[in-house]
Amino acid sequence: MILKYLIEKEFKLIQRNSFIKRIVIMLPVMVILLLPYAASYDIKDLNILITDNDNTLASRQLSHKILSGGYFRSVPMAPESYDIFLEIPRDFEKSLKSGSVINLNISANAINGNKAGLGTGYLNEIIKDFIGMQGPDISIINRYNPQMNYRVFMIPALMVMLLTIVCGFLPALNIVGEKEDGTIEQMNVTPVGKFQFIFAKLVPYWIIGLVILTITMILAFFIHNLVPAGSIATMFLASALFIVAISGFGLLISNNSSTLSQAMFVMFFFILIFILLSGLYTPIESMPEWAQFITKLNPLTYFIKIMRAVYLRGATLADIAPLLGYISIFVVIFNLWAILSYRKRS
Amino acid sequence: MRRYLIFVQKEFFHILRDKRTILILLLLPVIQIILFGFALSTEIRNANITVVDFAKDNLSAELTGKLAASEYFTVTPAGTVQEGEKSIQRGDADLMLVIDRDLKKGIVTGKPEIALQLVTDASDPNKARLVANYAAAIAGSSEILQDLSRIAGEKGNNIPPAGSVNITERMLYNPAMKGAYNFVPGVMGLILMLICSMMTSLSIVKEKERGTMDLIYVSPVKPLAVVTAKMIPYLALSLVNLITILLLSKFVLDVPIRGSLFLLSVLSVVFILVSLSIGLLISTLVSSQMAALVGSGMVLMMPTVVLSGMMFPIESMPLFLQVISTVIPARWYIEGVREVMIQGLGLSYIAKELLILTGMAMVLLVVSIRKFKARA
Repeated sequence: MILKYLIEKEFKLIQRNSFIKRIVIMLPVMVILLLPYAASYDIKDLNILITDNDNTLASRQLSHKILSGGYFRSVPMAPESYDIFLEIPRDFEKSLKSGSVINLNISANAINGNKAGLGTGYLNEIIKDFIGMQGPDISIINRYNPQMNYRVFMIPALMVMLLTIVCGFLPALNIVGEKEDGTIEQMNVTPVGKFQFIFAKLVPYWIIGLVILTITMILAFFIHNLVPAGSIATMFLASALFIVAISGFGLLISNNSSTLSQAMFVMFFFILIFILLSGLYTPIESMPEWAQFITKLNPLTYFIKIMRAVYLRGATLADIAPLLGYISIFVVIFNLWAILSYRKRS
Repeated sequence: MRRYLIFVQKEFFHILRDKRTILILLLLPVIQIILFGFALSTEIRNANITVVDFAKDNLSAELTGKLAASEYFTVTPAGTVQEGEKSIQRGDADLMLVIDRDLKKGIVTGKPEIALQLVTDASDPNKARLVANYAAAIAGSSEILQDLSRIAGEKGNNIPPAGSVNITERMLYNPAMKGAYNFVPGVMGLILMLICSMMTSLSIVKEKERGTMDLIYVSPVKPLAVVTAKMIPYLALSLVNLITILLLSKFVLDVPIRGSLFLLSVLSVVFILVSLSIGLLISTLVSSQMAALVGSGMVLMMPTVVLSGMMFPIESMPLFLQVISTVIPARWYIEGVREVMIQGLGLSYIAKELLILTGMAMVLLVVSIRKFKARA
């Protein structure tokens, strides 16, 4: 019975906080509307400088082919303003006709190694295609995202990021906020138990998280035409579990902090590591072993894997059951720890 | 002057007594440098390829062996195509190579596309494209396959290539394609923004919340002096972090500082001024710590991470986002740092960035101090 009033109190507090309401609506809209366009490793419109020493029909055709593909755009001859530089040798057309070896030079500004790698890769493909020299003829079938749209890949991951930020930060600021306001003292003199106290704090974030998930899925459908390939119920189940895990972690941090800014920076520190070491932006297989080990201790790793598998590839509940199991372990550990770390005595 | 120094001292006490926060603030750049420097790489290595081998002859064995031997792939065999597709769906495999029973015959008759099939998980398009290219290139390097293709060519079943090309690639400034060259300037921008803007606004708003700000207002110290006194410790803290980042990147990550250190410092100080005045501005606009946190988090951190070019190339973004990115100070700072530090360019090349940042600093400082005075 106490529990019901406690939950009611938490809801009232959130309802009266105009900031939280604004975040719950605005943040998902901002993230789903803008981020897929910005947070993309889709490389296009690279600045290319082509020096054509041959200036024949063939070399001009090659330049045209490179510039018309959408990956490259021409820049004027100015040092340091180009990303890629291609030099077409003088005897390009002659060698092309006689079938002898053509020497081409590509230089790329490799400060951003990924951009340079993909850019030279594209350029290689275009040139080889132009010359009529392809690799071995292997048929390649691109499953699940035949248009190779990078936005599609990022959206489930952005949902994970959003849930982590909102359902991680808000609880982290919650209890410590009560400490700063002094209201925690009033709570400490009531007969409310540790479990009830933490549980009542969790419920609102759980609902906020699911509301955010719903909003983002609707937006993803209307703005990016992304229809979940798998079952929506499975995604909600996984998210419901994950939110409890990450909110529990937030409450744990909150319990152990004495000021808002402290809670905030500690949480920022952990969320940064959670997000970077989860495979959200860079593949886990490319990480060194010690980093791969850390990814195993990160609830986001499993949740991102689930969301991508279900949302994009239509994996079933049975496929992701082991991953759900891992998340449940985090749920238990974080929340037990949060309950145990709440002390009425200071 | 003495009174002023006492104020600065008070602010230093505030920061130094919160051990946990200061620890995090000093550790943050170190962790970021280590993570970005060693753990995060967009390069593809050890991609999981599942091979469904129906041919089971010396050629298919050679293909599988070559794939397994390369650093790009980890091979797991699958019995059926369904089994392979399932592991792609679960996310255990990134691509599947299906080798047909009539592999050799297919190649000799000039139809290798039937004999060899690659199925990729294109839900990650960049990775799919890269791994498919790698796999195709590795398969093409097989000697038995090349011999068979030659036979196919002699039989007239395959059109021989019109010419061959020898492409030399040169990676300028960063021949080893290390990610560090790209993100070190980004981390510098992020950390400075975080400490100068967020911490400054928080510390001022906190005094407002607690009511101690009113005490300061009634003291004989001028409001402007109060504010600058608040900024000095954060300035010091951010300089410490800046030095940490530069030392770590030079000696741990081997990122060179090619340009002038003086120019880099000037650029950084201007950026720090911009960040500090943003922090001051935020503190005049909000009245609770929570609002300051959320405000600086949403208005500053998110756009800084996403739109500054730190993680994602700006020129690939749609035009309206490129326009928005021009008002983000970190964008200009990061660009300037890249040019000075990595490319080793001189003043004339970063004049644009420096001018924009100076302009931003002046406007923001004037506006925020005015607003602050009006409230005081």
